[in-house]
Amino acid sequence: MSSSVSVAIAQRVAAHLRDGEVVNLGIGIPTLVADHLPDGVDVVLQTENGMLGVGPTPAEGEIDPNLVNAGKLPVSELPGASYFASSASFGMIRGAHVDTAILGALQLDGSGRIANWSIPGKPILGVGGAMDLLVGARRVIAATTHLAKDGTPKIVAEASFPLTADRPVDLIVTEHATFVVRDGGLALVEVADGTTVDWLREHTGASFAVALDGAEALR
Amino acid sequence: MVSVCSPAEALAHVQPGDTVMVGGFGLVGQPLTLVAALLEADGARDLTIVSNNLGEPGRGLGRLLPARRVKKAIGSYFTSNREVVEAHLDGEIEVELLPQGTLGESIRAGGAGIGAFYVRTGAGTLLAEGREERVIDGERYLLQFPLRADVALIRAAKADRLGNLAYARTARNFNPDMATAAKIVIAEVDEIVEVGELPPEEVVTPHLFVDHLVRSEGAPA
Repeated sequence: MSSSVSVAIAQRVAAHLRDGEVVNLGIGIPTLVADHLPDGVDVVLQTENGMLGVGPTPAEGEIDPNLVNAGKLPVSELPGASYFASSASFGMIRGAHVDTAILGALQLDGSGRIANWSIPGKPILGVGGAMDLLVGARRVIAATTHLAKDGTPKIVAEASFPLTADRPVDLIVTEHATFVVRDGGLALVEVADGTTVDWLREHTGASFAVALDGAEALR
Repeated sequence: MVSVCSPAEALAHVQPGDTVMVGGFGLVGQPLTLVAALLEADGARDLTIVSNNLGEPGRGLGRLLPARRVKKAIGSYFTSNREVVEAHLDGEIEVELLPQGTLGESIRAGGAGIGAFYVRTGAGTLLAEGREERVIDGERYLLQFPLRADVALIRAAKADRLGNLAYARTARNFNPDMATAAKIVIAEVDEIVEVGELPPEEVVTPHLFVDHLVRSEGAPA
């Protein structure tokens, strides 16, 4: 995937964040979101490995090997930051103290449920914190390319990949569109410049309602 | 008072078939000096390792795998070490996968005298297969038993001579809970100070949990 596509997704996600909220960023595209926040919107980043108040990537000379995010990449410490054990970190997550989790996706089904931890036919050897974030975060945003690498839709009627949780995500953001999950289905609320509803119908494997009446649709 | 000892003296406590908890999120906060000594320890065979990951190929806990010291691994994310995937496919090691939060809470519960707990994480997924489920307030929960170990190998930044421990930034991760959940707790530290020199408010692991201190021979935590 080109980096411009990742940035387009990250920008679209960032536009849905609210000033002051506590946000947990998954690995991959979600990590780019912090760099694309709109003016006037500041969020507090929580990372599952035990920190609240994560700052940007440090300069080369200021890297501390004991200060990393969930992707094990070096980060920095903002004023007001705190550190805590893994059990406390996931207590925050499961206990609904994190406002928004932003997760990558392998597939999403027609009711907004996400598959992002396991590939059929491969041994199940990694889950990390994805399942905890899905059951616990107050709002979950899926940030993903619209199509898989083979050109097939990632949003499908029925997931063929194992689901990460029963609970659906709240918002699905791709480089082409934004869908809100409501009433057990998907509603199209944003279409990217250069994309049409017809293109989306052709390249989305699940049915969706069209609700392009601006901010009203997001309520 | 704890004993300050060499890595080899500390690791002599490990017996074949033991369950060993090892702190760290990847290599961050992993007691690399103790893990290296574990490779040399006579008793370190047929181990069950409880750790978030099994290091990286040839690094940290990843070194135990080619040395065939691991019988079973309990953790949340082994895909970062392809050697674990291969060893599992070859039937060389058994793997028990837990969501990261459930792993941490199981260790916390193990150290806190909790018999079991119910957790929503994983309900309705492949990881729920064969697990006891209970509906509480209309939501599905899974029964989870605690984890305990024979030996815990943990990493802290600073200790006093009583064994009180303070950690460095995100190198804390699973270490404080593992310190509570094993019969023998060995802490690898950068610095050992006199009693009274570690401000009480900076102590994260009180000394009653810690048995042995080993000076780190690696990069500071």
